[in-house]
Amino acid sequence: MAKYDYVPSPFRSNPIVKWVDHRLPIFELIDEQLIKYPAPRNLNYMWNFGSLAGICLVIMIVSGIFLAMNYQASTLHAFDSVERIMRDVNYGWLIRYIHMNGASMFFIVVYIHIIRGFYYGSYKAPREILWWLGIVIFLLMMATAFMGYVLPWGQMSFWGATVITNLFSAIPIVGESIVTWLWGGFSVDNPTLNRFFALHYLMPFVIVGVVLLHLWALHVHGSNNPLGIDAKGPQDKVPFHPYYTVKDAFGLGVFLIVFAYFVFFNPYMLGHPDNWIPANPLVTPPHIVPEWYFLPFYAILRAVPDKLGGVLLMFGSIAILFLLPWLDTSRVRSAKFRPAFRAFFWLFIAVCLVLGWAGGQPAEGPALLIGRIATILYFAHFLVFLPLLGWFEKPLPLPSSIAEPVLGGGKMAAAAAMEKA
Amino acid sequence: MRFVKFLAVAAVLAVSAVPVQAAEVLVPPKQKWAHDGFFGTFDRASLQRGFQVYKEVCAACHAMKQMRYRNLAGIGLSEAEIAAIAAEYETTDGPNDEGEMFQRPSRASDRFKSPFANELAARAVNNGAYPLDLSLIAKNRLGGENYVYALLTGYADPPADMKLADGMNYNKWFPGHQIAMAQPIQPDGVQYADGTPATVEQMSKDVSTFLAFAASPHLEARNSLGVKVMLFLFIFTGLLYATKRKIWKNLH
Repeated sequence: MAKYDYVPSPFRSNPIVKWVDHRLPIFELIDEQLIKYPAPRNLNYMWNFGSLAGICLVIMIVSGIFLAMNYQASTLHAFDSVERIMRDVNYGWLIRYIHMNGASMFFIVVYIHIIRGFYYGSYKAPREILWWLGIVIFLLMMATAFMGYVLPWGQMSFWGATVITNLFSAIPIVGESIVTWLWGGFSVDNPTLNRFFALHYLMPFVIVGVVLLHLWALHVHGSNNPLGIDAKGPQDKVPFHPYYTVKDAFGLGVFLIVFAYFVFFNPYMLGHPDNWIPANPLVTPPHIVPEWYFLPFYAILRAVPDKLGGVLLMFGSIAILFLLPWLDTSRVRSAKFRPAFRAFFWLFIAVCLVLGWAGGQPAEGPALLIGRIATILYFAHFLVFLPLLGWFEKPLPLPSSIAEPVLGGGKMAAAAAMEKA
Repeated sequence: MRFVKFLAVAAVLAVSAVPVQAAEVLVPPKQKWAHDGFFGTFDRASLQRGFQVYKEVCAACHAMKQMRYRNLAGIGLSEAEIAAIAAEYETTDGPNDEGEMFQRPSRASDRFKSPFANELAARAVNNGAYPLDLSLIAKNRLGGENYVYALLTGYADPPADMKLADGMNYNKWFPGHQIAMAQPIQPDGVQYADGTPATVEQMSKDVSTFLAFAASPHLEARNSLGVKVMLFLFIFTGLLYATKRKIWKNLH
């Protein structure tokens, strides 16, 4: 086997490390869960996005703390305090652009991470709770990003907040009261901004907590892999360090190049120009749109002529993900061996892109119609296509082990024999 | 199944080709700017001419509250020049020992003097229209400084079938095409010290450059740091790739 395999970590024999470990086995934890931790040997670059998402979270928290030191959560001063960060705080523009574009990067990374899960069936047994925790993180991220977008108190901040909080008024009987309660008044105003700031600061740490649960659940059965079959023995796995630490580090480098391009050379591209206009409750922008990462859901919301129906469908579009492990009736995980599923998978990706496009258009004319068709296809994917595919699809034969296609049959057998010897 | 994939791609392409008639979105034509691109820096001479246009033409109605006189160092003015410009304007300060507010000449640390005390005062003398604050105009309009340039050079006679409201002017690039502001930039509206002919295009270009600077005063620092960060990241990522290849070689 490879020369890096299962070398005992030398630091574990250090007397101080031993003394600490005897009382709090933190070094043991690092050794077991980060260094020796066995990972499938065949993970492709799609598996980089989990660690990238974690790094995004850290980048957002660190840059956010420095922004919070200079930000004033008051309707009178919020916009100017952000401009002061941009103009007068040392490297304030850099911190702000990292945070602003970091949100978009975080969502890109998480969307790829989720789509990877779709494609390789990472949500299937025994990883259902891992999948649920991921959806919880996604929901928390959406809430955090929405409230963060309100803080600069630009036109889109104010009107976005007005539109989204008003969604709760669709709830029968108590809806209006709930909205007043959320606002802390009778419109989006200073109390709303204050509580959004408090919650925007709190939520990332809640996300950290759920991320730890997500990792805990992940490390019980380990990562899924591109073949979607379980590891049969040590020949199917490699220690996380150095194989995946170096692979993740390389992926991080590529990610940072993309990130740096937006921060330094195109910082406004992913935002909306209207948010550089101070919030004005008397002037409604001609076309209120959320940030790009919410557009598919915004399209679903507006696809229904009824307000309550639209809200239910929008939340339903995420809630349905909780049921995905059972809606997908196929026992084969990876799309690699599911040719029919693969086609529907790409159709689903196209549907999501179309929804994103429709969400950015005014809700009328052909855009609305296309948005409605895409909404139907979105739900049909989960409620019709996936359950039926498992019944009708004939999956390709699965390889007998992870190592087989990697090393080739003969070699694999030889390696396995050596392992036993 | 390839067919379904084909259908999916076709659907995306078809959708992106649907013309949006709903709201007319005017995308101003892209101009060439010295501050474009990875190595862009502001044209200092143009910035200074542009500031002159703002000071002598725009500032009659438009405030720039985010700007302070000291920010003019960024357009290449010296401390003494900035102090002299600031001193031309009175800033309200106070209260003094008697509890009275008083006027004093502005200092470099003061904000640009606003032409009107508040929005209502501005509307009262502008036929009900409110001259916007220009600090961020090059960021808060689609197309940024290209929009500013297009608007300033976009005055024309209205089409025959268009009836303008009272006191309004036709502009090709203003949303709705009716703008309260009369054509602000007239030929030879200012006298440039460097002898540049003050054509409408030249003045519009200069003031757009100045407004781009006002909206993104950190642009040059951003570009120069960005190039260094990129160089570092390319080398660093290249090394990581080599390391990855070497470590994984044992496995393949």
